[in-house]
Amino acid sequence: MKQTMKYVFYKTIPVLLGYLFLGFAFGLLLQEAGYSFWWAFLSSAIVYAGSIQFVLVDFLSGGTSLPVIAVMTLLINSRHAFYGLSFVEKFRKMKTYPYMVFSLTDETYSLLCSLKTPEGMDEKKVMFLISLFDQLYWIAGSVLGAVLGQMLPFDMTGIDFAMTALFITIFVDQWREARSHLPAVIGLCSSVVCLLIFGGSNFILPSLIITVGLLMALRGRLEGKVANV
Amino acid sequence: MIKERAFLIILVVAVCTLLTRLIPFVLFGGKREMPKAVGYLGQILPPAIMATLVVYCLKSADLFSASHGIPEFVSVAVTALLHVWKKNVLLSIAAGTFCYMFLIQAVF
Repeated sequence: MKQTMKYVFYKTIPVLLGYLFLGFAFGLLLQEAGYSFWWAFLSSAIVYAGSIQFVLVDFLSGGTSLPVIAVMTLLINSRHAFYGLSFVEKFRKMKTYPYMVFSLTDETYSLLCSLKTPEGMDEKKVMFLISLFDQLYWIAGSVLGAVLGQMLPFDMTGIDFAMTALFITIFVDQWREARSHLPAVIGLCSSVVCLLIFGGSNFILPSLIITVGLLMALRGRLEGKVANV
Repeated sequence: MIKERAFLIILVVAVCTLLTRLIPFVLFGGKREMPKAVGYLGQILPPAIMATLVVYCLKSADLFSASHGIPEFVSVAVTALLHVWKKNVLLSIAAGTFCYMFLIQAVF
């Protein structure tokens, strides 16, 4: 168990850095909007999704109506619906099934996708601990942000690039192992094109829909060339 | 009253976020066997999604701002090349992040 915890901690260090910083920024914003650390704790514990929590700060200080809030949340987080597709079979066999579904963020999804459990370790346990550790980092970051506020003595601006860098390393690893680079290229092209057309805050959903459409159209060619994930 | 509304807002956001995560499991997680097309998608999607997430992270890099997005693209290149070369996740991330922090704090 100790060895497993150590392994999971090592694997989640990039997320630790990214989540502490981003969570800190969220807690700070929330505190500036007049909400103490309990609120930061509450939303990180039950919402637990990076980008929507930043929008949440706007919701709390503005007059957005509840139905609009609901629709915006569904749209901003719609990408999550695609993540679960890779884990329907795996999660179903786990005792912690509900928590695994609840806690599938961008970063946890990426780590679970690239996971190769070492010999002698229980894969289900490793997967659960990765999800749990990630959320604890996020909660810790947001509570610290709300409590400490602007007391940090040094400039941490830019440390959230750790998150981008994590995605890049996973992308490179997947590229190396893939028998066909077509899915990666399709994802890259459709997201860049959609970013140019729809802009930063709206491009993810159309991009994912186009990607899925193209991958389905190319199914005959790609099936059997699927990388082991 | 205001705090009640805040609680309600957080609850709505939490429920809607959970819904987006539940969709694939509700649709395909039953006892029935998963449609082959879904299994195929689940396996083929990760590299495409990872590319999308990288673009998402870089979406606010403004090519027409003072820095022309140079800090972002240099740091992405450093991370990717180092990872192609050394294959060490933590090293690539640390170097890329340090490079980015240095560029936006001290250079641009």
